[in-house]
Amino acid sequence: MSDAQPTGTSTKSRGLDVREARRDFPILNREIHGHPLVYLDNANTSQKPQGTIDTITHYYRDLNANIHRGVYELSLHTTRVYEEVRGKVRAFIGAADEREIVFVRGTTEGINLVAQTYGRTHIGAGDEIIVTTMEHHSNIVPWQMLCEQVGATLRVAPITVEGDVILDEYRSLFNKRTKFAAISHVSNAIGTVNPAKEMIAIAHEHSVPVLLDGAQSVPHFPVDVQDLDADFYVFSGHKMYAPTGIGVVYGKLNLLEEMPPFLGGGDMILTVSFEKSTWAPVPQKFEAGTPNVAGVFGLGATLDYLNGLGMSQIQEYEDGVVSYAVERLSTLDDITIIGTPRQRTGVISFTIKGVHPHDAGTILDRDGIAIRAGHHCSQPLMEFYGVPATNRVSFGLYNNHNDVDRLVAGLETVIEVFR
Amino acid sequence: MSDLRELYQEFILDHHKNPRNFGPLEGANRTSEGYNPLCGDRVTIYLLVEGDRISDIGFEGSGCAICTASTSVMSEMLKGKTVAEAEDLFGKFHELVTGPPDEVPCTDGLGKLAVFFGVREFPVRVKCATLAWHTLKAALRDGKTVTTE
Repeated sequence: MSDAQPTGTSTKSRGLDVREARRDFPILNREIHGHPLVYLDNANTSQKPQGTIDTITHYYRDLNANIHRGVYELSLHTTRVYEEVRGKVRAFIGAADEREIVFVRGTTEGINLVAQTYGRTHIGAGDEIIVTTMEHHSNIVPWQMLCEQVGATLRVAPITVEGDVILDEYRSLFNKRTKFAAISHVSNAIGTVNPAKEMIAIAHEHSVPVLLDGAQSVPHFPVDVQDLDADFYVFSGHKMYAPTGIGVVYGKLNLLEEMPPFLGGGDMILTVSFEKSTWAPVPQKFEAGTPNVAGVFGLGATLDYLNGLGMSQIQEYEDGVVSYAVERLSTLDDITIIGTPRQRTGVISFTIKGVHPHDAGTILDRDGIAIRAGHHCSQPLMEFYGVPATNRVSFGLYNNHNDVDRLVAGLETVIEVFR
Repeated sequence: MSDLRELYQEFILDHHKNPRNFGPLEGANRTSEGYNPLCGDRVTIYLLVEGDRISDIGFEGSGCAICTASTSVMSEMLKGKTVAEAEDLFGKFHELVTGPPDEVPCTDGLGKLAVFFGVREFPVRVKCATLAWHTLKAALRDGKTVTTE
């Protein structure tokens, strides 16, 4: 038994009961500037269910000890729960083996880990790495840094104005110099769900391994890394109702085993002498130093919670809310939705005629509505669309039709102020 | 709504929609570019400085209403001022937009810039209101690109 305390009631048989789910998120009781909070910045970070919050408190209050070190009860117990959560993550993303799950701080650290270990040992001068136009900066910059270090080149798969990767162009980028592809599963800025399985298959035809940035997919629908045949899959806890500072790198076992360590220090070694040290087996090889134990406990509680609700049920429910939002936003003359991808999840970006997103964000905030205004760490994508910034609303399992109605009313106020 | 109305006064919205002195300034001898990475506000200031006096000014860029209006009003205020007067005005303006929200702002010597007192209610927007001024300062100093970070 773990110490995770799921609070969600199983609703799998009858779909997601959003009224019940909203009660699990205490922050939704808050008022902002005198209005009930409408939180539409879930792609940035999501809110946390009570069970996750309680689990973290419980860890610090009753269980706190370091892992993998003590011979005493507290440490043994903490180590056992920590490793149990690894197993829960494995099951949650359909990995074959627990050793394929490495705990990191988040997606950014995870991508840097892969770039600086796999990348540094497999990618060299004259080689090429493929990304897409819609990548988050965290799936561009680590590869640029690697390119500078080893003399490789970044190639960018173009997208249509609708926001879909042009698969023929993507395919034509592959050649004998291509050594890696790093692709977002879901765009954080415009919500495109990329045809990841097909894109991975194309890469594999050329024996090129693929890292999927799963930061925006794991919170919204069931993910099966084996079905996708992803070589690496990286995501953050905090965007999927778990704490900040905890994330996951999934890597195929044979790849992880041959990769050098990322950070050196305690917990990642087998033996140390001043002449030579040897590395612990995976995944410990990649988990140097004291990890975010409380974060792992919180992640475990969140996975229990999400499993209780059912990821397919969450997906079905959220898709309904997002479709409703697209429909309502489309009725406002001054609003232009950026990107109309074939498949969308969680995110809608838009501009308002004559109104900078920053002004809209300030005015909506006074109505208690939290949205993101800016470039969403996707400056190349903003450049592609010729806008310096957009308004972005992003949805979670607790958002409902009322949130969309409040958003639309808030936007009507914005338009009125600027008329 | 009241603090929003203070922030987005007609005067500010007018300068946002019809910015004054907009466009590159021919014959400028000082220029600088400012950038706010948080929201993507971008402004380039062109100055014609003769002796210790700013005899002409122009600007380009894209930004939110607060940023654009602040730059526009600044450009009107600074024409004909000495460099020392401009720097003094920046000091006063900075105090205006960063002062405690519950205090009555001192608007002495600020002229039209006083309309930006509502910004102090919105600390996250201070950078929008001051980007033009930081850029101006850089243009007067050495003409390097500045960011608000």
